Amino acid sequence: MTTAIESGKGGLRAYLTAEVSHSPTQASLQRLYFGCVRFAQNPLAMIGLGILLLLLLLAIFAPVIAPFPMNEQNLGRRLLPPSGAHWFGTDELGRDIFSRVVYGSRITLQITCLVAVIAAPIGLIFGTVSGYFGGWTDTIMMRITDIFLSFPGLILALAFVAALGPGIRNAVIAIALTVWPPIARLARAETLTVRSSDYIAAIRAQGAPAWRIVLKHVVPMCLSSVIIRITLNMAGIILTAAALGFLGLGAQPPMPEWGAMLSTGRQYLLGSWFLAAAPGLAILVVSLGFNLFGDGLRDVLDPRDE
Amino acid sequence: MSATDVNQPRETISRGPEVSKIPPWAWDAWRLVSSVAVTLIGLLALTFFIGRMLPIDPVIAIVGEQADASTYDMVYKQLGLDKPLYVQFWFFISDMMRGEFGNALFTGNKVSADLLRVFPATIELATIAITIGVCLGVPIGVLAAVYRGSPIDHITRILGLLGYSVPTFWLGLMGLVLFYAALGWVGGPGRLDVFYIDIVDRVTGLLLIDSIIAGEWEVLRNAVSHIVLPASILSFNAIAFISRLTRSFMLAQLSQEYILAARVKGLSKWKVIRKHAFRNIAVQLLTIIALAYGILLEGAVVTETVFAWPGFGRYLVSGLLAGDMNAVLACVLIVGIIFVSINLICDLLYRILDPRTK
Repeated sequence: MTTAIESGKGGLRAYLTAEVSHSPTQASLQRLYFGCVRFAQNPLAMIGLGILLLLLLLAIFAPVIAPFPMNEQNLGRRLLPPSGAHWFGTDELGRDIFSRVVYGSRITLQITCLVAVIAAPIGLIFGTVSGYFGGWTDTIMMRITDIFLSFPGLILALAFVAALGPGIRNAVIAIALTVWPPIARLARAETLTVRSSDYIAAIRAQGAPAWRIVLKHVVPMCLSSVIIRITLNMAGIILTAAALGFLGLGAQPPMPEWGAMLSTGRQYLLGSWFLAAAPGLAILVVSLGFNLFGDGLRDVLDPRDE
Repeated sequence: MSATDVNQPRETISRGPEVSKIPPWAWDAWRLVSSVAVTLIGLLALTFFIGRMLPIDPVIAIVGEQADASTYDMVYKQLGLDKPLYVQFWFFISDMMRGEFGNALFTGNKVSADLLRVFPATIELATIAITIGVCLGVPIGVLAAVYRGSPIDHITRILGLLGYSVPTFWLGLMGLVLFYAALGWVGGPGRLDVFYIDIVDRVTGLLLIDSIIAGEWEVLRNAVSHIVLPASILSFNAIAFISRLTRSFMLAQLSQEYILAARVKGLSKWKVIRKHAFRNIAVQLLTIIALAYGILLEGAVVTETVFAWPGFGRYLVSGLLAGDMNAVLACVLIVGIIFVSINLICDLLYRILDPRTK
């Protein structure tokens, strides 16, 4: 730490851009810094970051930003086209669509976070255990992964929702069940590269049990690539969740979930197109944001393309 | 995900000590057959498991809420629900192998008959969509690679990102508003206008072909006007997918030295691209297109719902909403089998057509 403070005299910038790093902390901070610089030089990635920050702000400050409560009905003002008072118009019950789209950001954020929190550990444990133990364990576990992978995601999610019953909680579980297999594959590949390294052999020689080696020494090594992978999957998760809502199998009305709103908007499509326009646009913008952000992230962390 | 799989180096085959007696091709064939068999049993097990998970009581679904206890018990035994789970699984497998999916309660027909009826509509839609996807996606991808960093490349990239981000069902709805309701350029939902329905005899189930066979040009025109929009919307994803991968395949070829050599030799730029670079990515492209076709089946589920297209996707969704597990499980299983077959075909195509894998 002393070296860090000493070199701090030259200013933070000098510390971060120093030719030779004096400590592991400095080295990793430098890597982070140059990563950020590269990321910031990519305008598309910055747009993606901006969209995601906007989504976060909308979700946090929804009650402040939305001009109307999300379920306030006003039957005297139904199906109004966009205007100064109602930016995106009003729906079939006279609810303000803009306010509902704003509140919908909370649901979208919730779904993506929950799916990530459920799917990432499953994939991580499955992949690391499979890779670490190898042999028959590996063969059987990877076969199971392959079987999950041989269904297209949406269809498998539909089947799980059919079995579990419609609803947003079950939709999250169903999507998570379709998202984990690629993560498991990735974690397995990472595990195979660290499995035979000396530090693992050293821990094993000290008599550590297998579960401890996997949890404490293998899993942390896979964590970063798994997090990147799941960020790249976010757009797909959002689209699947919206599709489930649209088909009437995910979030149920009156919840202001964007896919479910689209489904209602479909019934009034030809007379009042704006019912469907706004929530769909919101889905497009957010999943575009995740895609741009993920692309930028990959360019920084995986520079093989260059 | 499936896209990257193709690029990954093939798993090296671990050969046991007995390999010296068995010719390598037999070993390969055995591996292929066993892996397909295991995957199929896995697909069956997964669908069986999903079917067991469901909260709907299959007996009540058949006899109704008011049935007395003796009827209930009888049906319970008839369905084999009193047997142990592995016996039930065995029954399930033998039923599925015979194509015996049971009756769909919401249509009143056999599921297998229903599937035969709805599948051609989806095949027709997906085939037109993949044709659009290939005709636009491949040239766009090649152009983007050749003029790397130019406006064409950037537009392709943005189009690709939009293709990955746009919810197809929303695009379909907006397409209907614009091209059907406002401009009147295309036909509305469904495969035909009401007064054209049932004019043409069903031969293949593909309306475009059936109407040509019958010589009903009016019907053909109507059918084309109905299929254009859903097929274009469905193809949007495929265009994004195909153009993006074509670009990266092409870039990989263009940086090779043989391209430079061909240029130095005096061949024109486009001749090099056509005769050398493109030929080298052709096999890769073929596998990508096959994969895209499989992905289209997934997109068909929502697209068909939007366009009231009487195909497989809409059948699946109707079955889901009606809580009809026979229909749903059959659909899911069949899609799984189609996916596995497509992957298998890709694999074989690769080995047969690409001499480098020999």
